[in-house]
Amino acid sequence: MSAEEKYVAAAYLVVFAFVVLYIVIMALKLTRLERQVGELTELARRRAGG
Amino acid sequence: MSTWLRNNQVPALAGLAAALLCAAIALIFFYAPVDEDGLNQKIFYFHVPIAFTAYACFGWGAWKGLLVLWKGRPGADLESYVAIHQGVIFGAMTLITGSLWAKFRWGVWWTWSERQLVLFLVLFLFYSAYFMLRYSLEPGPQRENLCAVYALFGVVLIPISLLAIRLAENYIHPVAFNKHGPQMATSQFATFMVALAAMVALAGALYRVELLGKRLDARLRELRELLA
Repeated sequence: MSAEEKYVAAAYLVVFAFVVLYIVIMALKLTRLERQVGELTELARRRAGG
Repeated sequence: MSTWLRNNQVPALAGLAAALLCAAIALIFFYAPVDEDGLNQKIFYFHVPIAFTAYACFGWGAWKGLLVLWKGRPGADLESYVAIHQGVIFGAMTLITGSLWAKFRWGVWWTWSERQLVLFLVLFLFYSAYFMLRYSLEPGPQRENLCAVYALFGVVLIPISLLAIRLAENYIHPVAFNKHGPQMATSQFATFMVALAAMVALAGALYRVELLGKRLDARLRELRELLA
């Protein structure tokens, strides 16, 4: 691979890496939100039962 | 707009972004010719659309900021914040892809003598500081108004940044668009337009996903307070 090809590949990889990083951050956020929904559902169940 | 599209705007936008990105990559590597600049010119097809998208995100954030001040529209503050966040992400990508190109073509990662580069960096740093302002204030109308004013101030830098290259006397940054139109072959311009559409669609999809997450977060917080 020539130096020119390496720079082009690196530029495209940067964009790809940013998009993947964004997906990872969003996945972490979704996991947290799912956990919070679970906690709130449990709290609501306890309220309804007791 | 069909009911399905109205109910599935985010997946539809994400699908459109994915399709356009695939089309752009195919056009860049299999359709657009390699011109006299060499293969490194292929960076242009992502670097410039990413920069334009960053400008659009900052502009959108400023517009939402104006809506906060003008109409006091609920939710506009969050939309302004998310748009600026997207702008900073695309701004960072612009700086990195631009630096990679500069290292190959100019032999340096950065040059302070280029007004367009420096002005883009100023714009990027200005909007990066937006988050310091936002998180140093308590949530409420005062924060919304101050952030809106800040977002509006930054938008002034966008035309200056765009025009900087034309104002420069000795520039080395290439000019792809001038008063005579695009300075490239039709196939290159078509490829550029598809890449631009792909980047705008990608930014739009990421904007909507982040906005959904933030709204869900706020509703959950409200629900927690109600159940406490």
